[in-house]
Amino acid sequence: MKSVIFRTVAPFLTSLMTLFSIFVLLRGHNEPGGGFIGGLIAVSALAIYGIAHGVETVRHAIYFHPMAIAGAGLFAATVAGLISLFAQVPFMTGLWIYPSLFGVEVPLSTVMLFDTGVYLVVVGSISSVALSLEERGGE
Amino acid sequence: MAVPTSSSVDLSAALVLGPTTVADWLVILPVAWCFAIGALLVMLRRAIGLHPIIAVAGLAGLVLIDALLLGHVAAKGPVTMAMGRWLPPFGIAFTVDLTGALFALVAAVVALAGGIFSLADINDSGRRYGFYPFLMLLMAGVSGAFLTGDIFNLYVWFEVLLISSFGLLVLGSEPEQIDGTVKYGFLNLVATTLFLVATGYLYAVFGTLNMADVARKAEGLRGSAPLMTLTALYVLAFGMKAAAFPVNFWLPASYHTPRVVVSALFAGLLTKVGIYALIRVMVMLFPVEREELSFVMALAGALTMIVGVLGALAQTDFRRMLGYLVVSGIGSMLAGIAVGGPGGIGGAIFYALHSMLVMTGLYFAAGIAARLGGGSSIATVSGLYRKNVGFATLTLMLCFAVSGLPPFSGFWPKVMLVKAALDIGAWWLAAALLLAGFCTVIATGRLFLLAYWRDDAGAAVETVRLPSAVLAPLAALSLLTLGLGLYPEPLLATIQSAAAGLAEPSAYLNSVFPAGGPQ
Amino acid sequence: MEAWFALLVGIFFTVAVYLMLSKFIIRVLLGVAVLGNAVNLLIFTGGRLTRGVPPVIAGGADALGGPAANALPQALILTAIVISFSFFAFLLVLAWRAYEDLSTDNTDEMRVAEPVKEPMPPLGY
Repeated sequence: MKSVIFRTVAPFLTSLMTLFSIFVLLRGHNEPGGGFIGGLIAVSALAIYGIAHGVETVRHAIYFHPMAIAGAGLFAATVAGLISLFAQVPFMTGLWIYPSLFGVEVPLSTVMLFDTGVYLVVVGSISSVALSLEERGGE
Repeated sequence: MAVPTSSSVDLSAALVLGPTTVADWLVILPVAWCFAIGALLVMLRRAIGLHPIIAVAGLAGLVLIDALLLGHVAAKGPVTMAMGRWLPPFGIAFTVDLTGALFALVAAVVALAGGIFSLADINDSGRRYGFYPFLMLLMAGVSGAFLTGDIFNLYVWFEVLLISSFGLLVLGSEPEQIDGTVKYGFLNLVATTLFLVATGYLYAVFGTLNMADVARKAEGLRGSAPLMTLTALYVLAFGMKAAAFPVNFWLPASYHTPRVVVSALFAGLLTKVGIYALIRVMVMLFPVEREELSFVMALAGALTMIVGVLGALAQTDFRRMLGYLVVSGIGSMLAGIAVGGPGGIGGAIFYALHSMLVMTGLYFAAGIAARLGGGSSIATVSGLYRKNVGFATLTLMLCFAVSGLPPFSGFWPKVMLVKAALDIGAWWLAAALLLAGFCTVIATGRLFLLAYWRDDAGAAVETVRLPSAVLAPLAALSLLTLGLGLYPEPLLATIQSAAAGLAEPSAYLNSVFPAGGPQ
Repeated sequence: MEAWFALLVGIFFTVAVYLMLSKFIIRVLLGVAVLGNAVNLLIFTGGRLTRGVPPVIAGGADALGGPAANALPQALILTAIVISFSFFAFLLVLAWRAYEDLSTDNTDEMRVAEPVKEPMPPLGY
């Protein structure tokens, strides 16, 4: 894409959208949002960056291969279910801890870990498809 | 953000409050284990040298977990675990009875054999493409389908195994494979969509998706709800997945195209998942409707057997012939489900387990034969017996087993099925079973005669050594068949109590709703 | 209300079956896509229609105030949509590959895996 305006705006847009995707992921437990929709927003961010600066730049920027990211997400989701083994409750039971960081109570849960896994699976698998389609389109 | 802890809510009505023991975890572990290993393999996508080692170790672990699960279920009766502590029927429950545990264990054994065989069959490009992650995800889908106690969840596992099977099927991307995958993909997607249609109706009628809850409520709804329509839809959907006549055409069109080990795993696992689902739905959920549909299913079963074996007789290609033999075997299982009773259902379960082992073994044999003989057409391949006597003996054992001859595992289920059919006076069904067996003898006998015993004219034949990675799984499966044929009592006893547990599912219901549950 | 939805589901199924009976793979694919949506609508209708009351528990309360829309069919449909979407994507790519490799989109001409003229199996030893 040759447009100067687009190429200038794209990095800012991408970073904003990625930030927003993480916001959507984290608010997802009790309010609209969650890993799936957050992941889709992150993929659109990557796709915009790819259209503006080329697929190679994106692949370099995310460092890991998209499928490896998806695998990590699947692993995280499975582990989130297995943690409840140690609390003597059934698979996938939501467990919460409330550690205090710098005086602020931060609620953390296995549900959040699972949702993060979903986020990574969506980011990995769909960006893998999107990037390879963009690569073909650019030829 | 915190969990509501207000005392006005009685949590015991919605949540499991008692502690969960480690033994209960065996219910969910096969699925979680396969997902974890599969995810690990996807993450290590560059270290393809490690893939086979991790995958085979993972499959061996799966066999161990499933064996422990079977032992646990045999000792304690059906086990239930409710996901996320939510009590069924609201939460999704995994419930394992003897039938599910038996199928899961044999599936794991077959997958382990496939994993070992793949060491010599899948090259680096196949590994880079992701054969092993797909294999683990396939096993997650298969195990999930055998262990789940929720019918929508069953649909999800069907889709998990379907999408991994697509991945395995196009591995290599040759035109032949693309052609086969088109037919396989479209028809299987239609079949699972039919399954979803039936499940949508089931939900509309029952307002629940938990199998135990459905089994409990079916009696009260029998007079007022269209349960017959529902059951017929399930028969069509699962019959299509299991490749029953007249919706079997996707199977012979696609099973000979992928890598040998992929064909072997598909023949062993996928159609049997359809049969398992059919048994579960027909025998446990809708027994009265099964009686009503008995004649239609028996007819479909008989036609599947005969059409399948006639297809096998018409083939020149080893692997295509096996595709038709898979179909023919499905017919025998359908006949068992149609006949019903302990003999029929037990025979169908035994036949399914036997067929998983034997068909996988035969596909392995086809792969090795192609390796030794340089092709898979029985018109051109010859002299395999001279090239490797051990391999030829193992193949002969499997040929006997698939034909239902003693002393191999195919004999006993056939006896049970024929006897059950004669007991209800369906002599034509018994005749079809025997005729299909006879034609299978001709088909496999001709195969052995031409490809193995016939000598090359003039060519000096030398003995060829085979790598143990290809011979060991074949030998293991053949010896297992022989063992089950010579000493079937333990398996027979387990199958009899599994079939009894399906026909009279009070233990299953008690495991899901220990205190009678919400009405 | 349910009756109109049932009629709509029927129309969807008709269109899907008609398209799937075609020989051309792209039409079959469109038929499969319509079929997926027909099923989603079927599940939605099967869960009974309730207008205007979302099943959301008010802040501070522990239970729903009164009757509300059935949330379960929506969860089922969401699952089915994600699955059928991914299958549609896969089959679309597959159809494209088939068109490239086999240079036809007519299923009657897709006979690579099962050739038309095959030799008879050997009749004697």
